[in-house]
Amino acid sequence: MSTLKGSGPQTFDGPTPDDALHEAAALQGRDTEPRHGKGKAAPMLAADGTPLKKSLRRALRAQKMRALLLIAPLLIFILVAFIAPIVDMLFRSVENEIVADTMPRTVVALRDYDADSGEVPGDAVFEAAYYDVFIAAERKLHTRLGTRLNYEQTGVSSLFRKSGRGLDDIGEVYQDQFKDLDGDWDKARPWAELMGDPEWIADQEAWDKDKDGSMPRFRLAEGISDLLPRTAEHYRIFARFAQVEEGDSPLKEEPWTAVHTALYQDLAEVDVSSYTGPGAERLKAADALVASPGFKTVNFKEAFAEIDRGWTEPAIWQTIRLYSPKYTSGYFLNAVDMEKTVDGIGMRDENERIYGLLFKRTMFMSLVITGSCILLGYPIAYLLSNLPVRTANLLMILVLLPFWTSLLVRTSAWKIMLQQQGVINDTLVWLGLVADDARLVMINNQLGTIIAMTHILLPFMILPMYSVMSTIPPYYVRAAKSLGATNWTTFWRVYFPQSVPGIGAGSILVFILAIGYYITPAIVGGTTGTFISNRIAYHISSSLNWGLAAALGTILLAAVLILYWAYDRIVGIDNVKLGG
Amino acid sequence: MKLTKTLMTTSALTVAAAAAFAASHGNMAGSMTLVSWGGAYQNSQTKAYAEPYMANNPGVSMTWDESSAEAVAKLRAMNEAGNITWDLVDVEAADAIRLCDEGLAMEIDHDEVLAAAPDGSSASDDFGDSIISDCFIPQIVFSTTVGYRTDLVGATPPTDICALFDLETYPGKRSLNKRPIANVEWALLCDGVPKDEIYEVLATPEGQDRALAKLGTIKDQVVWWSAGAETPQLLADGEVVMGSTYNGRLFSAIAEQNQPIGMLWDAQMLDYDGWIIPEGLPEDRLARVMDFLKFATDTQRLADQAAYISYGPARASSAPLVGTHAELGIEMAPHMPTDPANSQNVFVTQYDFWADYRDDLDAKFQSWLAQ
Repeated sequence: MSTLKGSGPQTFDGPTPDDALHEAAALQGRDTEPRHGKGKAAPMLAADGTPLKKSLRRALRAQKMRALLLIAPLLIFILVAFIAPIVDMLFRSVENEIVADTMPRTVVALRDYDADSGEVPGDAVFEAAYYDVFIAAERKLHTRLGTRLNYEQTGVSSLFRKSGRGLDDIGEVYQDQFKDLDGDWDKARPWAELMGDPEWIADQEAWDKDKDGSMPRFRLAEGISDLLPRTAEHYRIFARFAQVEEGDSPLKEEPWTAVHTALYQDLAEVDVSSYTGPGAERLKAADALVASPGFKTVNFKEAFAEIDRGWTEPAIWQTIRLYSPKYTSGYFLNAVDMEKTVDGIGMRDENERIYGLLFKRTMFMSLVITGSCILLGYPIAYLLSNLPVRTANLLMILVLLPFWTSLLVRTSAWKIMLQQQGVINDTLVWLGLVADDARLVMINNQLGTIIAMTHILLPFMILPMYSVMSTIPPYYVRAAKSLGATNWTTFWRVYFPQSVPGIGAGSILVFILAIGYYITPAIVGGTTGTFISNRIAYHISSSLNWGLAAALGTILLAAVLILYWAYDRIVGIDNVKLGG
Repeated sequence: MKLTKTLMTTSALTVAAAAAFAASHGNMAGSMTLVSWGGAYQNSQTKAYAEPYMANNPGVSMTWDESSAEAVAKLRAMNEAGNITWDLVDVEAADAIRLCDEGLAMEIDHDEVLAAAPDGSSASDDFGDSIISDCFIPQIVFSTTVGYRTDLVGATPPTDICALFDLETYPGKRSLNKRPIANVEWALLCDGVPKDEIYEVLATPEGQDRALAKLGTIKDQVVWWSAGAETPQLLADGEVVMGSTYNGRLFSAIAEQNQPIGMLWDAQMLDYDGWIIPEGLPEDRLARVMDFLKFATDTQRLADQAAYISYGPARASSAPLVGTHAELGIEMAPHMPTDPANSQNVFVTQYDFWADYRDDLDAKFQSWLAQ
């Protein structure tokens, strides 16, 4: 954007702070340079003894700060209400924390899993998945994750929904057996005494909802996590969930069944005979029960398979592993009709590709619309700027009239005009130009979109053109003619070059508006006249795949910026004028 | 000094007034924002639920927001912003499932929150299958079905759904929904797949291709719609000879506007529409919503709604109470999608299937459309 420098603040007519600085520098140079050269000159001093340059700069800094403060409200408003939401939205195109946040254990357990092997991962992964999905289901996050992964693999949505319900059964097997041994295993208080720090129990008991605010944070009893690591972890998760999410006291809530599963797993591995804390007898009895031959256990893998066969297929594990990083290129790949698979990145199936086509179509049609706006708008803008003021004003009102009509009304009006039983076809049939059974198809296709959008965007072309043309002095044209130029030469060599900045401004406006349009293409575009923005709107409001919508939006934004840059390189952005 | 005093008196008065209001209303908010679809449907809700409720509870004000079509996206945005401005939202069943999945809608105990049927059977029994999600409070049964121009289909008007694909007998354009749902089911049915195997077939890539291939036989004769009002308009203009839309739209075109349109009930696609309560409402607003819900979904209210629009009440106990149209005076029961004469061959939308296959099928469908 080197050309931008030429139009910096110093070209403004009024004085600016920078002018003073330049003048000071110039002044200094003029005083010193001719005689002694730059280096030796003694700096000019202000009244207080500091160099003039320095004190001037200080004064200007204050002035600049004041100017900045004046625009600060607008600047902050734009940052907060415009830039920040856009950045946040665009960021969603790579953000993928949901998988690692919802299934942290599984993601870790899957690290060693060889996704290419085509085999189902081992028991450790299923164990991790059991606890993850169980907790996610309690927090009602499992279906959300299911929706997310369903974008990548069809069927995951119902897999997670079913599993959320089904996983309770695993823990219930253990819960029932412990409960039959001793009723206390299904009661809130004995559990809390076994797992909780006695001080915390006392605090929690003394806690009063109305007086004390938030509950005393749950603390594990000393040594319990060394003795029963899994049980302690899952009881702590349960207790914190009860306190924070539900607002219930863990002293009054019996733990969820995952804690019983964890207890079984711990007792099967560790020796609790040395434990002497609260509930020691109960724990030892449970230990003996677990060791007894009649104790029923559940294999995690088999339990998952029973809930849904989908879990025994490698595909779901490959998908989870593939999408476990916190950031993903998946949405962007999807947005350019590619996909990430175990074998690497590749194109999607032919019959699922759509975005490349839509991007190309959007670009092409926006160019066509911009072109037809130039063709239609140029003569009108010329007329407007050359007619007597009264007639020009009347014409101007006609140009502005569409602005005051609802967009939907204008678009629907085109529908009535262009459809096969519409005004234009009826007229053509009546005139005998078209046979009744061969009515023209002018809507629900590209033609319909181009016609309707050219009409809707035309004022955005005419207005900048008009404001530029009205500043072209008429005597240039007269001078050219008096020097013997033909009408065409006068127009092409004298008038047209001066109107180019208006065309540039109008084209940029129309093109950028066209590229993001979606209401009109949705109504009159049928299947061949829809734009990429229609898909973005669909993913925002219907499919809720905001990540993909953000990726498509980012690509569109990048395309516009590249075109803008190219325009600047070829035509020069200072050749764009919105007015005199 | 004086100002402070005035301010204090005013605020004291406000507090007193608020307390008095709360006391008489059991700590319920005095206003509600309801979200619905606008048009005739929202009008039926206003007439059947909201106006009687406000008559019983003077001082309660209701604001309607016509945003149901974007409800899921907007609720998600509100939830992220941490400011839920809606109290009760009318959505399609599939959207209710998604809102429930995302944790954006509140799970409720239907028997506790909703009124029992007049014969004493519990709300969940009375609503039966229409409770498709723990968050969903059903109101109506509607269907997607096909209407045709009586004057453009010749001497033998169509009687079954496959007329859609029969270009020889019924030449001319058709209008179909720009989404795969309903279209692919009808395509497979008319391609000879037995009705009870359709979703099995549709779950396979071959089945999906088969459905699209069948739709491909009429592709160049189809106008694709995205709003329910389009088909009645296209039919009225004579742009299409037949097209799919919601049964209530066809009823109003036929009965209220006297258009030369007939309708098919064959293979109609049944679906539910109902309320969800956004998750995270403050207590007073929630109390008001619960109070309104209990009233607005009782047997009589749901039956009343049918006087304004031809959608079937979701409660079994409401069906016998359905009366006549509020203005035209015609019997409404024969125009309900659930009427025995109309429901001989119906599809019930498979929500689980569509939750799984929507993304996949939609990508294929849109790609197929664009080519």
